[in-house]
Amino acid sequence: MYTQAMDTLARESGDALKPVRSTEEKLLEERFDARIDAGDFIEAKDWMPAHYRKTLLRQISQHAHSEIVGMLPEGNWVTRAPTLKRKLILLAKIQDEAGHGLYLYSAAETLGTSRDQMLNALHTGKAKYSSIFNYPTLTWADMGTVGWLVDGAAIMNQVPICRCSYAPYARAMIRICREESFHQRQGFEALLTMMQQGTEAQRAMVQDAVNRWWWPCLMMFGPPDAESPNSAQSMRWGIKRVSNDELRQKFIDATVEQAKLLGVTLPDPELKWNEERQQHDHGPIDWAEFWAVVGGDGPCNQERLGARVKAWDDGAWVREAALAHARKHTPQQQAA
Amino acid sequence: MSTPEPSTEWPLWEVFVRSKAGLDHKHCGSLHAADAKLAIQLARDVYARRQEGISIWVVPSNQIVASDPGDKSSYFDPMEDKVYRHPTFYALPDALNHM
Repeated sequence: MYTQAMDTLARESGDALKPVRSTEEKLLEERFDARIDAGDFIEAKDWMPAHYRKTLLRQISQHAHSEIVGMLPEGNWVTRAPTLKRKLILLAKIQDEAGHGLYLYSAAETLGTSRDQMLNALHTGKAKYSSIFNYPTLTWADMGTVGWLVDGAAIMNQVPICRCSYAPYARAMIRICREESFHQRQGFEALLTMMQQGTEAQRAMVQDAVNRWWWPCLMMFGPPDAESPNSAQSMRWGIKRVSNDELRQKFIDATVEQAKLLGVTLPDPELKWNEERQQHDHGPIDWAEFWAVVGGDGPCNQERLGARVKAWDDGAWVREAALAHARKHTPQQQAA
Repeated sequence: MSTPEPSTEWPLWEVFVRSKAGLDHKHCGSLHAADAKLAIQLARDVYARRQEGISIWVVPSNQIVASDPGDKSSYFDPMEDKVYRHPTFYALPDALNHM
């Protein structure tokens, strides 16, 4: 599911675009830009500017990490799903997230990094993942809400990436988006069941979950356009197709109608239809909270990362044993 | 955590899936697996969770030999001016209909 237009490159290292280098590189870059302008897809072995590679590597690996870490909040409810049907659905969804993480790691590897390097960056806290997974999943209604709102926001973010200029990423995204729509639908259906057939307490639980997830979901689209200095370059290169604010607006407009169908309210007193803009106005987003969560101070940052590192460390003997077994049975591969 | 030794990373495999009887196997992605048997099993879990296939091939990625993208034009462009290799090159009377 989950990319986040975080655009923290400049903020962190201040090494945005450097002026163009040698004449040869300048020529290569002109050709590259022309290919982008022509709507060409870039493949792994094609020449690309170093900054294009770096930006993509960062975005794709971050996206992959988000899929993998995103399994944790949902894993919390596998053993406590209310029915066998819901448990099977939840398991299938979590398995999808694992698959999506793997597609994306593979896409990132085509840019010249290794799986171990990426995992190491995640486990040491060097790499980021979507801020949304640092919030806890407190009740069963959170599972439905994650599907409806979190996956909904993710889909909104991801559909334009299916047209990303970097083909291995675009191909992974096409596959992901195809599989993703069930995630949002099952979430909405789970909530609808509670709203229409549930008790007063269950309806209150749904409203509570929506209240807690609404603002963090809006933050998933990343900082406002005005504070995204690298966005223009990403747009230029066809890595990003639609701006953070545009996507956020689209998500809000779509969700307002869905909330009405569901029978819940969205926790923003300033949320209202603007006849002139033909869009909804909304209240201010607490960006201080966003940056705190991204920076490691969210409610669950340590727990999430701790769980990932533990899973990786605990699985080390399995990975080693499988490799030892493979070497024993195919001695010719030993040299490779 | 220290950086893991490169040799502990499982080798990379390319995955090809035949979506249904009568069609070609088509490349659909890659994955890491310790050996061929595990690669097939993981490929099923990663690339065929929704009946996407009835047959899977896996090939060690380092065994794939590819044409050089830098040679793309010299390799493939010569075919550009050989339009007579296509049936549409031949203008025939309408009466001939489906030839």
